[in-house]
Amino acid sequence: MAGATAAPSNAPRKKGGLHISRSALPYVLSLPALLVCIGILIPFVTAVWYSLQRYRLSQPWAQKFNWGQNYLDFLYDSSFWNTLQISLTYAGLTVGIELVFGLSIALLLQKRSTLNNFVSIMLLMPLMTAPALAALMWKLMTNPGFGILSYFASLIGLEDFRWASSPSTALFTVVLVDIWVYTPFIMILLLAGLRSLPTQPFEAAALDGVPRLQQFFRITLPMLLPYILTATLFRLLDSIQQFDIIYAMTQGGPGDRLTVFQVEAYLDFFQSTNIGRSAALLMILWAITFFLSNIFIKNWLRLRERARGTA
Amino acid sequence: MYEKEKDLARALARRSISRRELIDRVGKAGLSASAAYYFMGRAGTEAMAQDFDWKQHAGKSVKLLLNKHPYADAMIANIQAFKDLTGMDVTYDVFPEDVYFDKVTAALSSGSSEYDAFMTGAYMTWTYGPAGWAVDLAEFINDPAKTAPNWNWDDFLPGLRASTAWDGVPGSELGSGDAKQWCIPWGFELNNISYNRVMFEKAGLATPNNMSELMEVAAKAQADLGGPYGIGVRGSRSWATIHPGFLSGYANFDQKDLVMQDGVLKAAMNTDVSKSFHKDWVKMIQDSGPRDWSTYTWYQVGTDLGAGASAMIFDADILGYFMNGGDNAEAGNLGYAAFAANPEASAPTPNVWIWSLAMSTYAKDKDAAWTFMQWASSQEHALFGAREMDFVNPVRQSVWDDEAFTNRIKSNYPGYVEQFQASAPGSKIYFTPQPLFFDLTTEWASMLQQMVANEVPVDEGLDQLAESVDRQLKDAGLG
Repeated sequence: MAGATAAPSNAPRKKGGLHISRSALPYVLSLPALLVCIGILIPFVTAVWYSLQRYRLSQPWAQKFNWGQNYLDFLYDSSFWNTLQISLTYAGLTVGIELVFGLSIALLLQKRSTLNNFVSIMLLMPLMTAPALAALMWKLMTNPGFGILSYFASLIGLEDFRWASSPSTALFTVVLVDIWVYTPFIMILLLAGLRSLPTQPFEAAALDGVPRLQQFFRITLPMLLPYILTATLFRLLDSIQQFDIIYAMTQGGPGDRLTVFQVEAYLDFFQSTNIGRSAALLMILWAITFFLSNIFIKNWLRLRERARGTA
Repeated sequence: MYEKEKDLARALARRSISRRELIDRVGKAGLSASAAYYFMGRAGTEAMAQDFDWKQHAGKSVKLLLNKHPYADAMIANIQAFKDLTGMDVTYDVFPEDVYFDKVTAALSSGSSEYDAFMTGAYMTWTYGPAGWAVDLAEFINDPAKTAPNWNWDDFLPGLRASTAWDGVPGSELGSGDAKQWCIPWGFELNNISYNRVMFEKAGLATPNNMSELMEVAAKAQADLGGPYGIGVRGSRSWATIHPGFLSGYANFDQKDLVMQDGVLKAAMNTDVSKSFHKDWVKMIQDSGPRDWSTYTWYQVGTDLGAGASAMIFDADILGYFMNGGDNAEAGNLGYAAFAANPEASAPTPNVWIWSLAMSTYAKDKDAAWTFMQWASSQEHALFGAREMDFVNPVRQSVWDDEAFTNRIKSNYPGYVEQFQASAPGSKIYFTPQPLFFDLTTEWASMLQQMVANEVPVDEGLDQLAESVDRQLKDAGLG
């Protein structure tokens, strides 16, 4: 028995067992992370490489490294500037409106009650619907012939409202679908934030007789700002890369009214098989999202430091 | 009992009894219609087995990439005949059309050897061929060791054989000189008028004979019928908006998408005649088309006709064929008419869409894959599909000469055979083959949407389009 208990410290290592020296251990432990990193970087580097080439699958003989000509071509390409403008407008509109709606709904549901909990769960339903399916559902509801929304529009005098099929209302329609799908996402994040705020500042403000509106702007909003920034960042990154709602509803039309980055890149790749242009478009989209993420993350960190009183 | 049916099948193969006689005799033997079809398939198999060793790849397997389509359904329904004939096995993946070509592009561009053969359209081979993803099938067709003597390549309609062959030189004529046979035509559609006979009768309308009449009839149908719109045509922001009715009408005025000038390709869609045709087309959609036309694909065009939401369509004839059956509200009410948009033209000039079979360059066993493709495009399978399934339109002249098939069509689809016969001679692909096909036609559709929405006048829009097309051709080294 005694011999058995002493064995672990003195016994020689088993032959054939994996021996890792103390100095190598940190590298071995970080190997999985390194492999994941490589797994992420390979497609990225490939995309960068393709974006620097003249590369059409239908003209394989013409494939060559073109020193960033794809990017330079964008400077004089009106369809690129249209894509940039539409993408930013779409992202700005959807995120802005969803933020206002999401915050308003979260404020209404802030107080914990059975009804509020039930309603907040019900409001998550659109978020559980695949965006492409939601788009098809809305396509039916907005059909000018038999769509229920077209019927409601006719009741208020909009007899020939053409929703996504008219250039003047196409953006409005897809933004509407995006708001329907994603407002619950912002609502649930902000609701979690609101419910986790400390109660003392609000109690103190109530004792001092601070009006509710002032409480909201001076206490609630500043304390909620990290949550708002987080929600905005997630939605902005998602929204600027929108594909499924727009493609399922209009394929980027009418005309080039909704050719956002992802739709344009998708068509370039799968329809035109213009790999070089498609990759260059996606690299620009990556640069935009990287730039926006940096701004938001820096602000988020600044706010967090301020909240800790170290700023 | 089984031996008796086998004898019947052999008798049909020897043509010593007719098809009807076989069905009768199988019925007398107390077997069902499906059993009769099985024995007919067996008869076809035995007929094919003569003079060619179909068993040379027995034990092998091929994998197919298929689009969800009645042509694929007919093939799957008859697949046992192939297995019996060759001793081979077949597996397949079927994808809906929305994602089908993305799947093909992804599979081929990655060099995957998963699929040996796949369904494709002829336009797609203008990418797949030069990219080196598809095999030139001429080497198989012309090799007697690999191709059965009764497969009979000459039986395929000449326009379709030519339309699926291209030498890879941008702008050169399809099927010319050194053209490579990138795919085998399997089933095809040409574009004509399918209309609702009941609605036409109610509104006292006659089928239109040219573009002006088409516009008038569509407008009158819309005004008089009080509900359905006048004419269904495609309108989504896609190349598929240009290729059916639109290009068929456009080509009838002898207009081209591109022309070869001084050895380079130039846009040709801004001529005076083209502008005039575009104006008519745009006005027709504005006056009598679906209100959400800019989202319309073949699916909406077809289902609206089948549901009685439109009075007629100028689209694929098989769309009208399929909408005249099944549980569609207007099943049995549809009629068909050949259509030449130009009053000066002697005959219609329908642009065609050809579902074809192509072989992947990365196929594991190309000879085995060809054995399957040969069977799938054989006269025996085409007859089975045309008589018993919805394998319409057949690509073989012998099937159009088959009375069992034409009688079935004539009795259930009035006017269908006549519209086909009137327009088949002028039917072919009217696009100029070149590598930017999808870019340029999608831009064309986009411009058409802007014209219909009155965002840009037709003349100005076509000039802008031509300028953009010329610039893209030049950038790609083609213009």
